[in-house]
Amino acid sequence: MIVLIFAAILYVIAAIMIAMAARRDRALVGEGLRDAWDQLVMIMPALTVGILGAGFVAALLPPELAETYLGDGAGVSGYAIAYVIGVLTPGGPVVGFALGAAAIKAGASVPIVVVYVTAWALVNLNRVLIWERATLSSKVMIERLIVSAPVPVLVGLFAWTVMELLSWW
Amino acid sequence: MAGPTRTPFYRDVGFLFILVLSAGSATAVYLRDGAARFLEILRDDAVLWLTVLPKVAAGVMVAAFLRILLPKEVVARWIGERSGLKGLFVATLAGALIPGGPMTIFPIATSLYLSGADRGSTVAFITGWLTLGINRAVVWELSFFEPEFVVLRTLVSLPIPILCGIAARMLPGRTEEQRAADKTKPRPQVRE
Repeated sequence: MIVLIFAAILYVIAAIMIAMAARRDRALVGEGLRDAWDQLVMIMPALTVGILGAGFVAALLPPELAETYLGDGAGVSGYAIAYVIGVLTPGGPVVGFALGAAAIKAGASVPIVVVYVTAWALVNLNRVLIWERATLSSKVMIERLIVSAPVPVLVGLFAWTVMELLSWW
Repeated sequence: MAGPTRTPFYRDVGFLFILVLSAGSATAVYLRDGAARFLEILRDDAVLWLTVLPKVAAGVMVAAFLRILLPKEVVARWIGERSGLKGLFVATLAGALIPGGPMTIFPIATSLYLSGADRGSTVAFITGWLTLGINRAVVWELSFFEPEFVVLRTLVSLPIPILCGIAARMLPGRTEEQRAADKTKPRPQVRE
């Protein structure tokens, strides 16, 4: 249900934006739709493989293993493992989310997967080496990495706190 | 890499990794648990894929029209002229809204920096894109996770770009003169 509502909201937003573009210039509508289609075509192979793969990876992850090392009781070592794997996971939008979802299916705790996804997004080795180093001033890049280093742990603790509060309530 | 990717998917390291991992796991499940279990997982995944499709279609439309309605020159003007906490907020918002992959975001960040954004705003912009990027959350994250997970992760990440921007401003050793000198150096090469 919540998914349907969310999709409906997205379509309303898209419709409003298309109307705004049409008011500016009719030709922009065709341009935007073509751009959207090109993106969709580009996204589909990775998304399809990612979704199919996530189910099989989750089936293979032994539940005891995921629960022991990444579950609710994993504590500090769970955070550390999630952080390191997040840094090492190859970039691209599919991999981190697919592996994170597989881990949750296999019994990993939500805060620990938040640590993993955030580390993968923020301090990912692959993205830093391939894209950031090539296109951004190296001083800014190093500053960004320094201030970002504690962030995955921080948001993991935030997520844990929010979940604890919700469970009391 | 949400947004247009100039790397063809078959040369994308992340894609190759997930392809090998998926094919390997599928084979392993088939060999270990048999065809019935294999088909059961495949069917669940196919259902998930079908439910995700309409959302992804909407997501790419929103991203495409955002690109048309919000050109990067406009964003550069907003962040370039402002500073203080307001600059950090605008930079974070811009990072969260602008669709695009690393091949567009880091060059935009560089042009923002060179056109007058301070290091705090530049860091807030990149961090906003990496942790709060709407396009990425809608097209990719929601495809794999329950909406509750996405909402929780986004919620706890909300203050992060601002905090990172403030922290970057507090880092030692970079006077305004040095920063001005940096900016006169030739631009870093933009790889596409």
